[in-house]
Amino acid sequence: MKLDPMTPEAVKVKKIFWETEDVFTIELVYDSDEKREFRFKPGQFNMLYAFGVGESAISISSDSSKKNSLLHTIHKVGYVTNVLSKLKKGDIIGLRGPFGSSWPLEEAKGKDICIIVGGIGLAPLRPSIYHILKHRKQYGKFVLLYGARTPRDILYPVELESWRKKYDIQIEVTVDRADSTWRGHVGVVTTLLNYVDLNPEKTLAMVCGPEIMMKYAVDELVKNGIAEKEIYVSLERNMKCALGFCGHCQYGPSFVCKDGPVFSFSNVTDIFEIKEL
Amino acid sequence: MKTIDKSNLDKLIGILKKDGYTVIGPVIKDGAIVYDEIDSINDIPVGWGDEQEAGSYRLVKRGDDSLFGYVVGPQSWKKFLFPQRMKLWEADREGKGFTIKHSDEPVPKYAFLGVRSCELKAIFIQDKVFNNDLFTDSYYNNVRNNIFIISVNCTQSASTCFCVSMKSGPKAKEGYDISLTEVISKDKHYFVLDDSSEKGKELIAELDTPAATEAEIKASEAGIASAELSMKRSMNTAGIKELLYHNHDHPNWAEIASRCLSCANCTLVCPTCFCHTMEDTTDLTGDHTERWRRWDSCFSLDYSKVAGGNFRTSPKARYRQWMTHKLASWIDQFGTSGCVGCGRCISWCPVGIDITREVEKIRNSPKTKS
Repeated sequence: MKLDPMTPEAVKVKKIFWETEDVFTIELVYDSDEKREFRFKPGQFNMLYAFGVGESAISISSDSSKKNSLLHTIHKVGYVTNVLSKLKKGDIIGLRGPFGSSWPLEEAKGKDICIIVGGIGLAPLRPSIYHILKHRKQYGKFVLLYGARTPRDILYPVELESWRKKYDIQIEVTVDRADSTWRGHVGVVTTLLNYVDLNPEKTLAMVCGPEIMMKYAVDELVKNGIAEKEIYVSLERNMKCALGFCGHCQYGPSFVCKDGPVFSFSNVTDIFEIKEL
Repeated sequence: MKTIDKSNLDKLIGILKKDGYTVIGPVIKDGAIVYDEIDSINDIPVGWGDEQEAGSYRLVKRGDDSLFGYVVGPQSWKKFLFPQRMKLWEADREGKGFTIKHSDEPVPKYAFLGVRSCELKAIFIQDKVFNNDLFTDSYYNNVRNNIFIISVNCTQSASTCFCVSMKSGPKAKEGYDISLTEVISKDKHYFVLDDSSEKGKELIAELDTPAATEAEIKASEAGIASAELSMKRSMNTAGIKELLYHNHDHPNWAEIASRCLSCANCTLVCPTCFCHTMEDTTDLTGDHTERWRRWDSCFSLDYSKVAGGNFRTSPKARYRQWMTHKLASWIDQFGTSGCVGCGRCISWCPVGIDITREVEKIRNSPKTKS
């Protein structure tokens, strides 16, 4: 029998820890059978359900080749995420998913990769980064440009450092507001494009962050000669069902939950700058 | 085609009930024709018609004994296929976890009596909505696969009707089990019957009814033709998708917003509007919770709210979303317009906003892209 897609399945918190002051990560395993595997594609999301409170659409931020557990890195910002942030090891929550489109890792083969992320936008791209690093030879030059609010808001700092050391990847991090300890870049993430050397003819870009940041990132990429169809963005909208039924996530003709969240920019060019669409 | 009289129509209702159907038909409630369970032909309002205009709906006595002498009221059949509130599941806390239970109530078996052609089209449209490329809505489909549809061809139109423009009426062409056209002449009151399904054929065979005469068929077609000819409103749908896609910054949106109350009436009465939201509630112990699905509207402020902000705060953007979705992006999503020309959104808008006029205003002064 086909499982009703509106019914969450029980998953158990294996680990929960804070990444920054208001961002935490939970690791989940199936409650029924801890060996049972999760399958997802980088860029997809799950609906996480806190008992009696409700659901929230959260992108998956773990390595898709590690199938025994799932990581979600979550910004504590609303009712549901607040409750999720208070979970303890062994607690049970509900999960529906995975849903939505994924980052174009097949199309990206043989190309230079430029990932531009702002804030929590790094989390939905981490599975892509894992994938590319794991299959490093299948891709050309690999650049990660990351903007955070302050040095204290930088996600996965230890991991960023180990990627830098272990792999052929250029990582540039900038902050909006520096403190006395910060020796890196200061300013908006798009300024980091000045520090990279990309071949626009064969570059594919993946962009995730606040919409205003994505707008400027796309503008800069296009100015650098990268074609709109080679630029991918991940959009956020209100999601209630994740099945394309409830209507809330509509974005022009698309349902972000099932046609997105990852879109080729060329598919949204005409509507991207329409206010309140 | 066959002809039946009132008593045979009543017999037909009886057969459906005997076959286990809950028969739903038009009844008068709170001064309007709505759809509810009927027991016999006596529950159907006799001799009533409706007068509709932008922002107005009124029942009037017709001075005859007609059973279907009105068009469409505030409700549509969607409330049976896509209930306004529905419990999806409930769960009880157990230790650190919880167990989810689904309702074990049997799927209702409905016979719809009096489905107008535009409403039939609306059902076809929602069939597509609730069966997309990836998922199907099980409740909708379970009810849908069980319904028996008796459509009624309109022999009059309200001033708010524009089904001819939307190619959805006034005559039902497909998708019904039985269709019925009411004819009232000086000395006779009868219904001309047509069947389109095996089930419909079998049912008609159970009634001992004569074949319709040529004159009777002609009279029924004349009635439908008069509904078509008397239709006052229309909507020019040529290139409407491109028209609306290219006019998202047209000044008319702000003008509409100065009148629109964002009350959501249009979305509630619309037979195709499908937006809904989820509500999770718990009892006072916090150990029992339920998830309910209920109708929502793109006019409500919470509709496009996320934790970090709201994508559509202005009434202008919300009206634009509704109308552009209904008439334009719906075509991209489901291969059909979301509008069937039933006119409900016009009649039930408390300030009388008329979708046909608003399209015309944009069409007559398109803001060309520079």
